[in-house]
Amino acid sequence: MIPKLQVKDLSYSYHTMDGETEALSDISFEVSAGEFLAVVGPSGCGKSTLLSLICGLIKPDSGEVLLDGNPVLGAKAGIGYMLQKDHLFEWRTIFSNAALGLEIQKKLTDEGKKRVSGLLSAYGLESFADSRPSELSGGMRQRAALIRTLALQPDLLLLDEPFSALDYQTRLSVCDDISTIIRGRKKTAVLITHDLSEAVSVADRVLILTRRPGRVKGVLAMDFEDKSLSPLERRNCPEFSKYFNEVWRILEQPGGVL
Amino acid sequence: MKTQMTLAQQEFVVKQKKRKRLVCICRFLLLAVILAAWEGSAKLGLINDFIFSSPSRIILCFYGMVLDGSIFLHTGITILETLLSFLLVVLLGIAGAVLLWSSQTLSEILDPYLVMLNSLPKSALAPILIVWLGNNMRTIIVAAVSVAVFGSTLTLHNGFTSVDPDQIKLIYSLGGGRFDVLKKVLLPGSVPLIISNMKVNIGLCLVGVIIGEFLSAQAGLGYLIIYGSQVFKLDLVMMAIVILCILSAVLYQGIAILEKQKL
Repeated sequence: MIPKLQVKDLSYSYHTMDGETEALSDISFEVSAGEFLAVVGPSGCGKSTLLSLICGLIKPDSGEVLLDGNPVLGAKAGIGYMLQKDHLFEWRTIFSNAALGLEIQKKLTDEGKKRVSGLLSAYGLESFADSRPSELSGGMRQRAALIRTLALQPDLLLLDEPFSALDYQTRLSVCDDISTIIRGRKKTAVLITHDLSEAVSVADRVLILTRRPGRVKGVLAMDFEDKSLSPLERRNCPEFSKYFNEVWRILEQPGGVL
Repeated sequence: MKTQMTLAQQEFVVKQKKRKRLVCICRFLLLAVILAAWEGSAKLGLINDFIFSSPSRIILCFYGMVLDGSIFLHTGITILETLLSFLLVVLLGIAGAVLLWSSQTLSEILDPYLVMLNSLPKSALAPILIVWLGNNMRTIIVAAVSVAVFGSTLTLHNGFTSVDPDQIKLIYSLGGGRFDVLKKVLLPGSVPLIISNMKVNIGLCLVGVIIGEFLSAQAGLGYLIIYGSQVFKLDLVMMAIVILCILSAVLYQGIAILEKQKL
């Protein structure tokens, strides 16, 4: 079976007048359908660059990204992207914010509108459809942003530290909330985070990157006995600290790719 | 709500209301004092009212021009010219900012020229405009537009480029292109900036119109000022200035009301 996402020998460098910065070097990994992969690494190791490459927003210097075995061309190829901040536009209602993707892709048909309303009511935002983003709490805003992404029915979700702008308490519950939604819809997801406990609590596998230029330092499967645990429940499991320490150990190992 | 107010809150509210009333009263008092001092010193012969005019002479002059209707013509012409050039400045400013945003190279090429044109005293251009465009309203409009349009373009372009790059990334990640970025993020996100820019522009347009009327006009408040000073009818000059004061306040308030409705 072809994996959902294949990343092959990806390298990328930034160019400025001050010189060249190698952000990523020879990154290869695969994500199978329905899997939740978390990517951790020291700050500035090119995690966000990796997502932009997968999404097709920037072109790699070498290597390729395959979605269902086909190269990704541009941003329209069934990949949803969630950014750090929700970026809901204040001049739009929650509904029209959630429908923004459909509007841009000229798919705001009756069926599309119905889908957005369906998603809003499925995730408890139906009564806020006509509200402005500023009337919602941080967690609800992040949900609305997820609905904006889901409305385009992506096969693959890319999450770029989507909880990092929230305060710690909100962050735990929103992370629980969003990852439960994503798992419930059996979406394939790649989550970028610098929070190791977040990675261990939500992911099926954790990919660890080295310091810049980012290389794959190791991949670790999170084999919790009970597969149905939510992220918050996982945090109370004995395996949690074991995997946390394991990820920490690999991250701290000097140099060398495993 | 009202019954729940604590004593301290009531005191605070009363104090604030009192202060507001005081400000309001003092504003009128200040105007009254200035007018009375002006009128009084003219009547007592402390100042020469032929040169300095006086409130009563201004009112007489105004009344006379209301009777023959000429005041409406002159004020109307100035308003028309101001609004026309304001409209052009808003449209050209937005169009120019979009154009500069559409190409970084173009914006870098044009930047020094725009900065120079923006800080150039536009009154220096007016005589040339008369020679080129003739002694007519076109010259006045172009003069007024030239006063405001470069600054407006630069301000709006600056606003466009300071938009959060992640908001632009969001549009691209949803499959949009540059045009979507413009339509969904830049323009709607810049509405507050455009309106606050309009507030500046309406004043600048009025300045430009008066400069233009000084040099080439057969009607308008600027024309009245120049004509009045040439024939030593200082009442006429003073009256035109007073009307200009009121006009600029009204135009500015007009935009302020628009701003309140929009935001």
